[in-house]
Amino acid sequence: MAIISRGFFGRGNAEDKKLPPGQYVTTDFPVLSAGPTPHVALDKWDFTINEDGKVLRRWDWNSFHKLPAETFTADLHCVTRWSKFGTTWEGVSLDALLADIETDASHALVHSYGGYTTNLPLPDLQNMQAWIAFKFEHEELAPEHGGPARLLVPHLYLWKSAKWVHGITLMHQDTPGFWERLGYHNYGDPWREQRYWSD
Amino acid sequence: MWYVGEVIALHDETATARTISLEVAAWTAHVAGQHVDVRLTAPDGYSAVRSYSIASAPNSEGRVDLTVERLPNGEVSPYLSQELAVGDRLELRGPIGGWFVWRTHQTEPIQLVAGGSGIVPLMSMIRSRKAAGSAAPFRLLYSVRKPAAVFYSDELQALTENEGLSLTYAYTRDAPKDWPRPPGRIDTTLITNATWPSNLGPTCYVCGPTSFVEIAASLLIASGHRPERIRTERFGPTGDRK
Repeated sequence: MAIISRGFFGRGNAEDKKLPPGQYVTTDFPVLSAGPTPHVALDKWDFTINEDGKVLRRWDWNSFHKLPAETFTADLHCVTRWSKFGTTWEGVSLDALLADIETDASHALVHSYGGYTTNLPLPDLQNMQAWIAFKFEHEELAPEHGGPARLLVPHLYLWKSAKWVHGITLMHQDTPGFWERLGYHNYGDPWREQRYWSD
Repeated sequence: MWYVGEVIALHDETATARTISLEVAAWTAHVAGQHVDVRLTAPDGYSAVRSYSIASAPNSEGRVDLTVERLPNGEVSPYLSQELAVGDRLELRGPIGGWFVWRTHQTEPIQLVAGGSGIVPLMSMIRSRKAAGSAAPFRLLYSVRKPAAVFYSDELQALTENEGLSLTYAYTRDAPKDWPRPPGRIDTTLITNATWPSNLGPTCYVCGPTSFVEIAASLLIASGHRPERIRTERFGPTGDRK
């Protein structure tokens, strides 16, 4: 039973079916990162898919842009409780990147320039649910928002959408990433409010 | 798991920021730098939750101080900083966060860099150092609009006199009369003069608005600090954090 806050009325329920529990809508784009923003030169950038210590695929900035890119719209949900609706991105789907890779991996550990990591079940990266995005609202993705390129997995809390993405390691077991080791939920479904370990 | 905190004291830090002292039964002691989620519930059942950094030192008495800066269009911060009264009860979750923290066993030099209300979690670290009797060398660079916007100014002054805290204020809009540095954003000269040199291997904690943190972290890296030794916490205009 919640305690009623004397004299608090708030802004009332948005009655918005698009808003997960405990979130509020914002129109700007807050930045939350654990360390300094890495600045990655495009001629030094690469993205790899690895498994068992072997590089299965590698793209540099040019070859990555020869892949089929798509424009998509997503609602973003940050664990710090803001949600942002209808953002437009351009990127390459993980389905395209993982095509033709034979693997029986169950999970993926995503790693970033700057050392950040996050873990997901591999199926959450498949079936048009995840992209490596390099444009936001038709502009090059700014460094503080993860540019040159970031993962976008909008059906999970935004910390899973690793900024400054550098590669993905296919895993045969689940291994917690950066925030997942520091108190945040291992899976992070906003609709089930999986924010912290105890959720 | 939501805990109930009773407001036991209120203290205005500035014209727009208030410290709320809570007593929380069965609360787990926090680590300096952590935050809590605060939940308000309206009579019709509507609720709103925001995160606020803890300002107090870790303790075993279930005492938690939060300092809340009022945001002009905030949904929660105006209530907490104006309406809330001693004896009211709030719901809390936490403590939360395992990265932007200072633990009392850390002995390396510590560089704190605060922008505005970003001082709050850093103050918890400073208070934690004193409470633990730690000898870790602490420096604080505190960027703030004007002298009247400084939080905890008397306590910080006492800490510089009695606890060996090294403190530099950097005013961005109005400086006191005869202040050596004209008002302005932090820059290379200030970082050089007012922070630990990188060869001492300090851990740096930078907290403030996003634009401030971006600049401060870039300046620290440019002066030789390794990015992995710089921990940041940012809050945006609608983040309603602190």
